[in-house]
Amino acid sequence: MEPIQITNILYLISAIAFILGIKRLSHPKTARSGNLLSSLGMLIAVIATLTYPGKEFDFSLILTGVAIGAVIGLIFATRVQMTEMPQMVAIFNGLGGAASAFVASSEFLTTPDSPFVIVCLSVFIGSLTFTGSFVAFGKLQGFISGRAITFKGQQAINAIIALLSIALILAPGLFFESSIYSGYLNAFFVVIALALLLGIGLTIPIGGADMPVVISLLNSYSGIAAAATGFLISNNALIISGSLVGASGLILTNIMCKGMNRSLANVIFGAVGAETSGGSSDGKEVNIKSYSTTEAAMILDAAEKIIIVPGYGLAVAQAQHVAREVAETLESMGKKVLYAIHPVAGRMPGHMNVLLAEANVSYDVLKDLDEINPEFEDCDVALILGANDVVNPAARHDQSSPIYGMPILNVDKSRTVIINKRSMNPGFAGVQNELFGYDNSIMVFGDAKDMLNDLLKEVKEL
Amino acid sequence: MQIDIVSLITIFILAVFVGNEIINKVPPTLHTPLMSGSNAISGIAIVGAILAILIDNGSASKYIGLAALICATINVVGGFLVTDRMLKMFKKK
Repeated sequence: MEPIQITNILYLISAIAFILGIKRLSHPKTARSGNLLSSLGMLIAVIATLTYPGKEFDFSLILTGVAIGAVIGLIFATRVQMTEMPQMVAIFNGLGGAASAFVASSEFLTTPDSPFVIVCLSVFIGSLTFTGSFVAFGKLQGFISGRAITFKGQQAINAIIALLSIALILAPGLFFESSIYSGYLNAFFVVIALALLLGIGLTIPIGGADMPVVISLLNSYSGIAAAATGFLISNNALIISGSLVGASGLILTNIMCKGMNRSLANVIFGAVGAETSGGSSDGKEVNIKSYSTTEAAMILDAAEKIIIVPGYGLAVAQAQHVAREVAETLESMGKKVLYAIHPVAGRMPGHMNVLLAEANVSYDVLKDLDEINPEFEDCDVALILGANDVVNPAARHDQSSPIYGMPILNVDKSRTVIINKRSMNPGFAGVQNELFGYDNSIMVFGDAKDMLNDLLKEVKEL
Repeated sequence: MQIDIVSLITIFILAVFVGNEIINKVPPTLHTPLMSGSNAISGIAIVGAILAILIDNGSASKYIGLAALICATINVVGGFLVTDRMLKMFKKK
């Protein structure tokens, strides 16, 4: 067997490890071993590369790079708060895009006769992912306004940048002297600049509430960039892994869009949450009943089946732990307690589940939309903690509502709905929630953590 | 090692199908670890980065390779570690 065949077999083994690793993510029980398997696959890919036949590596430089990257990665991974996971994934998407773009650039410099279209494609997607991700990070972190930033002609500018890039990639000869390498090189630099601009231009007009979609999409791009780079350097490991990540990101993007009843085009070009369209609560009066925590505790005492509906407000108040304590106390009183998790409950796909797992909530009581909705029919109390739009029944029947058609948790089917909110401010979609005025709804105002602490005390005293 | 473009496209398309099949089976509860895990896997660019850091390469392309290597290693190390940290928390009582 030739040495290069051994290298390629090692790449194949690493690809199999990635596939089996992701496969094991199908259940929380096997997930951790799956992640370990994937990381083993990565190690094999790295070893295969370092022993690549016929290549003389600059090992000291490689060691330097790996050391720097490993230390930074380690710091990120151990320091990040679970509430900050969306920001971290945004940064990592950006770095993934940048890495692919850098690899393609380096290849183009050493091998000028590389196919220009493929070079540009991987550099273009990689650079766009890089700036797009950092804008997304800035919005999530609050460095940039979370609101949609829009101006007149914005989409026209983006379209021009995109068209110009396509023209440059397909026919650089129209713009530069393409008979010589330096002509191509100039076109290459312009393509990078345009992609960096486009990444900003496409992400800036997207509102904070839509960030889960954007992060998922950029996740997909980072994979596609790696696959494109794989085509450039004819490397199967990059192509296979890149397409796995690309597929994963696209599937999650789709799930997030469905969770908000929006098309991808609407998220990217719709600019929901811009100053101009914001605050569209149509002044419909709702008569609410405000209860004390003591009264809420008495209602819970009489209940047998309770479903907790956590929203991001709960995580912001860092109240997951006390929510779990309340749930455990109720369980010890012989009641059944479940959690209803809407797909867009957190700031990224599956975010709320991680935040609850961190608070030691057992994963088998975390139910997704399809599982939990039939459960509300015979539920005594739905306890809404910081969720708003995802429990608004208007999504089912009010065609004039901006959230009409969005799949919601049917909490209003429960005998009693207890809603904890800080104030009567409308949710992300800027709509007042008609649920608050329902006959079976009661409101308990206050900070989620304080309210739950009071509630815990009251329930324990029963 | 120049493989013809059709084989590469074949591999790409088959991998997308496999990806679709297995990722659709990941439950919503694990979607965040799936994302951070795929961050780590997209760090596969580390392979391309290492291949760019050859003794004979010009310094520009070598140092661009180094930049790629740092970015990709952050993704690999950070991605796998943070995913493990999260998955450790998923417990059943």
